[in-house]
Amino acid sequence: MSKVSMEVTAPAAGARAHEVRSADVEPLRVLSPEGEVVNSEFLPDLSDDQLKEIMYRMVFTRTWDERAINLGRQGRLGFYAPVSGQEATMVGSEYALTKDDYICPGYRDMPQIVWHGLPLYQAFLYSRGHQHGGQIPEGVNVLMPQIIIGAQILHATGIGMSFKLKNEKRVAITYTGDGGSSEGDFYEGLNFAGSFKLPVIYFVQNNGYAITTPFAKQTGAQSIAHKALAAGVRGIQVDGMDVLAVIAAVREAAEIARNGGGATLIEGLTYRYRPHSMADDTTKYRTKEEEAAWSEKDPLVRFGKYLEKKGLWSEEDTARVKEEAKAAVNEHIKKAEQTEKMTVPGLIDSMFEQTPPHLEEQKADFLG
Amino acid sequence: MAQMNMKEAIRDAMRVELKRDPNVLVFGEDVGKVGGVFRATEGLQGEFGETRVFDTPLAESAIGGLAVGLGTQGFRPVAEIQFVGFIFEALDQMFVQAARLRYRSGGRYNAPIVFRTPFGGGVKAAELHTDALEGLAIQTPGIKVVIPSNPYDAKGLLISAIRDNDPVFFMEHLNLYHAFRDEVPEGDYTVPIGKAKVVREGKDVTIIAYGLMVHTALKAAEELEKAGVQAEVIDVRTLVPLDIDTIVASIQKTNRAIVVQEAQKTAGAAAEIIAQINEKAILHLEAPVLRCAPPDTVYPFAQIEDVWLPNPARIVKYVNQVLQF
Repeated sequence: MSKVSMEVTAPAAGARAHEVRSADVEPLRVLSPEGEVVNSEFLPDLSDDQLKEIMYRMVFTRTWDERAINLGRQGRLGFYAPVSGQEATMVGSEYALTKDDYICPGYRDMPQIVWHGLPLYQAFLYSRGHQHGGQIPEGVNVLMPQIIIGAQILHATGIGMSFKLKNEKRVAITYTGDGGSSEGDFYEGLNFAGSFKLPVIYFVQNNGYAITTPFAKQTGAQSIAHKALAAGVRGIQVDGMDVLAVIAAVREAAEIARNGGGATLIEGLTYRYRPHSMADDTTKYRTKEEEAAWSEKDPLVRFGKYLEKKGLWSEEDTARVKEEAKAAVNEHIKKAEQTEKMTVPGLIDSMFEQTPPHLEEQKADFLG
Repeated sequence: MAQMNMKEAIRDAMRVELKRDPNVLVFGEDVGKVGGVFRATEGLQGEFGETRVFDTPLAESAIGGLAVGLGTQGFRPVAEIQFVGFIFEALDQMFVQAARLRYRSGGRYNAPIVFRTPFGGGVKAAELHTDALEGLAIQTPGIKVVIPSNPYDAKGLLISAIRDNDPVFFMEHLNLYHAFRDEVPEGDYTVPIGKAKVVREGKDVTIIAYGLMVHTALKAAEELEKAGVQAEVIDVRTLVPLDIDTIVASIQKTNRAIVVQEAQKTAGAAAEIIAQINEKAILHLEAPVLRCAPPDTVYPFAQIEDVWLPNPARIVKYVNQVLQF
């Protein structure tokens, strides 16, 4: 068990034996904001090509996010939840898994499922409110993005049980935010995972705000990672702006889960630079100073500095990836726009395996 | 009189009641500091303080159950469920715990709660933000169901709902929040729960609707007038209790009717209204009463919601069917 796991400590001198107490938790950090290795024990084993691939994905994801905001303003995308600032938790956690592992995302977790195999144009179709956005290709191990906060936590728990029942060494990972950790579904899912010892990773991207409500009002708990204690699963806190720390934590949790050691709750401390969705005004609930302080911890800058020192990355690489990402976004938004439109009769036929007579009759309003 | 849109009228109703009754509390996700995702509660925390208008953690079942507990102790919670689809997380607390409290305790306890929620289609929102779920509520014994169609009614009905000693599910159509302004009296007035309103008089056919569909029906009535058909339009305003008398009085005059609803066709408010018409006015009918409603599918993703929702042309088509029966 790693150092970052929390344990219920023996009571200190003078403390009461019948009172449950938990140790403090310090987030796992591998890289300093300057890109120096500060914790070599947890430095994940990654080849140079893998390191470059991780950087590629983070730069790509941020560019895609920036383009998506513009496409939203042009009316070419619908509902969209921005991701900038959270690239390390999103890209890193997915990268730490294998393609056989299963992802149950919330609506902001598009990068994870796209890097896991969902074609980008389908992510755009989801945003545009088209059913094909949810038609996950065969062999891509993800569910559709969940709208109801926390509902996916229970699905991951069930998928984890299916892996256990079938003796497959696979892991389910699910994502929610700090707000999601207040839902009943969150506690129920964790408790089941503890009870059945399931191979599930519950990844909470704590970005400080549930729409406008700050973490301090969300819970009285010392941290979200502490919530693992009551459920009997491992609890880890990680610097969510440090992609190597995220990969180390998820790899370890996956390894434990694959070997029958049960579930882990990982809290990644991160920040969303942009509004919750396209609609809210961040100036009403947080300060410029706070935003600036988080920008200084930027996951791309930090990891970029680390790679530059190793001679693996340069500003030219960033510029090249941005261009590639823009071109890919352009190609995929066009494909999304050219996808055949939905129809109400088609929608009706998507309700059941066999369309019942009353629904056949209801097509009449929409034909001709 | 002030000019207010429906959102401002709703906010004003809460302000009037927060001022009048120290037991009124307003809470929900993001309702405090910024005043809600639609700003319906904007400024109320500043005016009445953080103990009376407050943000909750993100947990709808807890919001519902908190309201029940507070309600048993003399408070009057106005609990916001941020979007209509999120009531599914709170259904036990809303439709079981609150709705059955009076019955279970033989009247010892009651739940003087308003559950406010925005709903309604046509704004291309994400999934589960727009569904018309009033049918679930009207089938639940013990909870009243109110759906205003305009700023004046919204304020008067919400004040009535807050003062009501039983739980009220108060559904606010997203598309009406900013749609238009009305003359709305400042201060205190009520619109009674359980009274429908004839919003357009006519002799040939009755169109029964509520929420946004009142306005869609009025547009259809204008089209029908061009063809020489005088349609009467009734805004039901409250589904529980339902003012069937106003509906029957209209049908006694027109002998023909349709009901328009935004919810899927089967087992909804329209079905109930038609059942009651059959019970009370069947001998006055010259044609079956039809439902103009979307098909029995899940509320569709944004791309085709405009086609899916009832529109004036489809209402005219249904009216013509009952006229030509």
